[in-house]
Amino acid sequence: MNLRRFPATREVSIAVLAFLYIPVVVLTAYSFNANRTATVWTHASFDWYARILTNPSIQAATWNSIVLATAASIAATGIALMAALATRRAFPGRSTTESVLNLPLILPEIVVAVATLLLFVSLGISLGLGAMILAHTAFCIPFAYLPIRARLDGLSGSYEEAAQDLYANRFRTFRRVTMPLLWPGVMAGFTLAFVTSLDDFLTSFFLSGPGTTTLPVYIFSAIRAGITPEINAISTVMLLISILLVSLSFFLGRLRR
Amino acid sequence: MHDDPAVSIEHVSKAFGRGATAVHVLHDVSVTIGRREFFTLLGPSGCGKTTLLRLIAGFETADSGLIRIDGADVTDAPPFRRPVNTVFQNYALFPHMTVEQNVGFALEEQGLPRDQIRRRAGEALEMVRMQSFAQRRPAELSGGQQQRVALARALAPRPKVLLLDEPLSALDLKLRKEMQIELKQLQSEAGITFIFVTHDQEEALTLSDRVAVMQSGRILQMGPPRSIYEAPTHRFVADFIGDINLIEGEALASGGIRLPGGATLPGPAAAPGRVTLAVRPERAKIVPAGSGVIDATLVHSAFLGTAMLHKLTLPDGASFLIREADLSAPMPERGGTVGLSLPVEALQVLQA
Repeated sequence: MNLRRFPATREVSIAVLAFLYIPVVVLTAYSFNANRTATVWTHASFDWYARILTNPSIQAATWNSIVLATAASIAATGIALMAALATRRAFPGRSTTESVLNLPLILPEIVVAVATLLLFVSLGISLGLGAMILAHTAFCIPFAYLPIRARLDGLSGSYEEAAQDLYANRFRTFRRVTMPLLWPGVMAGFTLAFVTSLDDFLTSFFLSGPGTTTLPVYIFSAIRAGITPEINAISTVMLLISILLVSLSFFLGRLRR
Repeated sequence: MHDDPAVSIEHVSKAFGRGATAVHVLHDVSVTIGRREFFTLLGPSGCGKTTLLRLIAGFETADSGLIRIDGADVTDAPPFRRPVNTVFQNYALFPHMTVEQNVGFALEEQGLPRDQIRRRAGEALEMVRMQSFAQRRPAELSGGQQQRVALARALAPRPKVLLLDEPLSALDLKLRKEMQIELKQLQSEAGITFIFVTHDQEEALTLSDRVAVMQSGRILQMGPPRSIYEAPTHRFVADFIGDINLIEGEALASGGIRLPGGATLPGPAAAPGRVTLAVRPERAKIVPAGSGVIDATLVHSAFLGTAMLHKLTLPDGASFLIREADLSAPMPERGGTVGLSLPVEALQVLQA
């Protein structure tokens, strides 16, 4: 039976979409509001965007977020690539290995964040950017792993056999055939990991030391001091970056072989 | 010039898996394949023909036995150290490279200078008449064109032996016939050994200098297409290749074979006991009742264009086909009794 024939399918769908997206639309709209009070509209302006560009704490937080997301997603993608290649062939314990790799997707993040904090404190690792990079790398691995794994599963082993048949040794085969064919998956995985790290609040909040605030942590503390249109502007920028990167990752993942 | 064979396989066995669940794919297989020979491994799926090819290419390693290519022991050598190239069933052209880069792949691995790679890739593409497609990607080519590029890629490094794993099976019938002729021409032009795997008996007979018929990991019979067709030694081989009639008879201690219905043939020679005789439909003739070796009932006749096909029933109930190429021969009556003439030299005694 055609789903569209159920009564009120269209109305319910519209209501759900409205509930999900109206707050985001309102937030974006008010980032262009000239009034100091976030909820009263006066006239359009780019003042708040100019303001965030010149605010030194926002600049520092943005820089931290970018360094953190870049370092963590490069490390996570590297580990995920090795893991995907290692779990390619069947071996005893393969499915267990995959579950452990993907565990961060379902574990409650607050638990992992607290546990990581306790671990770092007991090991004497000082909190700050280094600690955050370690923790972000760990939870970004599954986000990088899944697209790489999907790409690898779709890759026929006969390409590599053909390369070896044509006198390429294992390393040359990897460099000339496996890696180029895997590349869209690797880029998709990197982008997803980057967005995930950029967006993370909980882990960063627990592990940020003095002077290493990230953008989400900055937004959180700024909101406690009162909602200003500045927050709307930063949030809109983050939203745009995330949408761009996720779209990029999606298109890379679908790139023809 | 030394006279080592192109490939020699000595007592090779291979099983997949271990212990009780192991699947034995090859049992003590030995073959010697000569230089410039077009050699075909023929058999149904699962007979071990592809595994044997993969062992020669180096994608699998033998559990026991020895594989020599051009006299050198390569039993444990990786694929990239063997002077053979493969045409894969699905072609396996590298999708991220152009046709020219695909064909030049092995030459680049061999460390040839750029201009030589270009020249030899061009020559290989010319051999398969694909030079105008050099800058295309594999995805932009039709199945037949991809097939040609795959051939050029495997021939470009001038291997001692070319391995072909059912290379024509993905093509439609008309294209397959064309490619068969091209393959044969290429083989004589390039002057190298071809080892060809197929389950298509007609393809095997048309192309090969020699055919090995495989079943359940063993080579049952090996020889030129004509002797495989005309003188099958095993029931499986007789059944697998073309149409065949099987007659259950009894070899007598006094010599000669008693047929169903009581008549006795003077030959062929066989150990006393029950025997199965094989005869091709075109080697038997219908004669007037009583004047042949057996009388049979004509069940059905069909006109095939170039011949008549008669279906008979023997006295023991077995059916028997006759292909009569002489269309002017008198038409027997359906349901009537006819005689069957069997030349002794057309009869083959089969092993089970």
